Amino acid sequence: MAGLAFLEKKNTVARPGYSKWLIPPAALCVHLSIGQVYAFSVFKTSLVQRFESSQTAVAWIFSIAIVMLGLSAAVLGTWVERNGPRKAMVAAALCWGTGFLVGSLGIAIGSLPLLYLGYGVIGGIGLGIGYISPVSTLIKWFPDKPGLATGMAIMGFGGGALIASPLSNLLLGIYDPQFDPANSGNGASASALAATFLTLGLVYLVFMLIGAALIRLPQGFGDDATAAHQPGRGGALVRAKAAIRTPQFALLWVVLFCNVTAGIGILEQAAPMIQDFFRDGQDSSVSAAEAAGFVGMLSLANMAGRFIWSSASDRIGRKPIYMMYLGVGLVLYILLATFGQTSPAVFVVLALLIISYYGGGFATVPAYLKDLFGTLEVGAIHGRLLTAWAAAGVMGPLIVNGFLDRAGEPGSLVAEDYHPALITMVVVLGVGFVANLLVKTVDEKHYDAEAVRSHSGSGDHSDPAGEPATTGGTR
Amino acid sequence: MSTTQDDQSRTSGSTSPTSALVVTLAWLLVSVPLAYGLWQTLVKAAQLLG
Repeated sequence: MAGLAFLEKKNTVARPGYSKWLIPPAALCVHLSIGQVYAFSVFKTSLVQRFESSQTAVAWIFSIAIVMLGLSAAVLGTWVERNGPRKAMVAAALCWGTGFLVGSLGIAIGSLPLLYLGYGVIGGIGLGIGYISPVSTLIKWFPDKPGLATGMAIMGFGGGALIASPLSNLLLGIYDPQFDPANSGNGASASALAATFLTLGLVYLVFMLIGAALIRLPQGFGDDATAAHQPGRGGALVRAKAAIRTPQFALLWVVLFCNVTAGIGILEQAAPMIQDFFRDGQDSSVSAAEAAGFVGMLSLANMAGRFIWSSASDRIGRKPIYMMYLGVGLVLYILLATFGQTSPAVFVVLALLIISYYGGGFATVPAYLKDLFGTLEVGAIHGRLLTAWAAAGVMGPLIVNGFLDRAGEPGSLVAEDYHPALITMVVVLGVGFVANLLVKTVDEKHYDAEAVRSHSGSGDHSDPAGEPATTGGTR
Repeated sequence: MSTTQDDQSRTSGSTSPTSALVVTLAWLLVSVPLAYGLWQTLVKAAQLLG
C-alpha cells in the first residue's frame, strides 16, 4: 500500500548525519510500554472482585500474555527481521494498544474470556514483537558495544513496571475516588478498571508509535541482500533456521532457561518470602508495607542489572559474565538458604544481587547471540530463544509453589520451608553453568554461504560511526 | 558506497545532522516517566530501609 510505504524496511534507513543516540530512546519507548506486563498484579484484586473469580483465573491473564510473548517472538522473529524495526514496532503498538482496548471492553461487559483474548493473546503478541523489534537494530548501530545497547533497551522492560505500577494506581484513584491502593483488600470499581485499561491502551499506543517514528536502520541495512552484516566469532553469519539446529543455540536455551527459572522463582514469591524468612509464630517482623518496598527494590535491581551487567559484558566477555550470573548466583542462593534469616539486610542484599543477575541474563543474551551467529538474523534467533523465557516463566513458580504448598499454608511458612526450593534453584543454576561452559564457536557448516561471500567481498565492514566492526566479542 | 546505499540515501532525504535538541527531547520523553517510576519505587523502598 503506497500510503504505508514509510513502514517499509528500505524506507527506514537513516539519512547521513542521523544521530545513533536517537535509537535507544526509540527502543525505550517500546520497552517501557510493554514492561507494563510486570506490573499486571496491581489489577489483581480489582479483577478478582469484578469477575467474582479465583486468583488463579485472573493469574491466567498474565500467564497467557507471557506464553504468547515467547511464542510470537519465536514465530514472528523472522518476519520482524525481514520487515524492519519500524513496521514491527507499529505492529507491536497496534497489538499492545488493541489488547488493552479489547481488555477494557471485556471488563466493561463482564467477560473474562474477552480479557484473556485482549490482554493475554492480542497484547501478548504485541509483547513478543515489541520485545525483539529494536534489539537487532541496536546491535547494528552499536557493533562494538552490543551489550550496552541492548542493555539500555531491555532495561526499559524492567523500568516499564516501575512506571506502570504507580501510574495504574493513580488512574484507578482518579476514575474511582473510593479506591485505596494501600488497602490490599479494596479493589477499584469495574468502570474505573475499564477506563484505566482504555487510558493505558491509548497512552502506550501513542508512546510506542513515537518510538516507531524515531527508529532508523544504519545505512547499508535497507536491503538484506547487500546489508553490511557484522559477523560473529570466527566470521559466523548464520540464518535463524540454521541457528536453531546448532548445539550453541540449544546450550544458550538451557542457559537462559536456568537463569530465568532461578530468578523468576524469587520474583514471583518476593513479598511473602521476606515476611516468611522473618516470621515468629503467626507474626513477621517484616510488615506488608516493608515487603512491598522490598518488591520495589527488586524491580530496581532487575532494571539496573540489565544495564550494568550487560554493559560490563562488552568488556569482560559474554561467557565470563554468564559464569558470574550462574556460578556466583548459585553461591548466592546457598548463602540465602544458609544465612538469609540472620538479618533483613543480609536477605535483601543477597536477593538484590540474585535479581540483578536475572535481569543481566536477559539483557546480555542478544549480544551473546550476535557473538555466536553474527547480525544476519540475530533478531529472529533471539525471538526463538525467548521460548526459554516462556518455559521458565511456568517452571520457576511451579518449583517454588510446589515445595511451599507441601510445606504448609501461606502465612504460616518459615525460612526452612524455602530451603528445598532454594537448593533446587542451586541445581538449576549448576546445570546452566555447565551448559554455558560448553558453548563453543559455531561450526562453519552452519554459516550462510551467500551472506559470508557477500560480506567478504564487500570490503566494507565499518560500523555506522565509521569504526571497524568487531569480530564478535572473542572473549 | 554501493549503488544501493546511494539509493537509500536519496530515499532517506537530507544529509543534515540531527540537532542536539531533538536528541535531548527524545531522551527526556523516556527519562521523565522513568524518573517518576524510580522516585515512586524509592519512596516505597524507603519504608523497608527506614
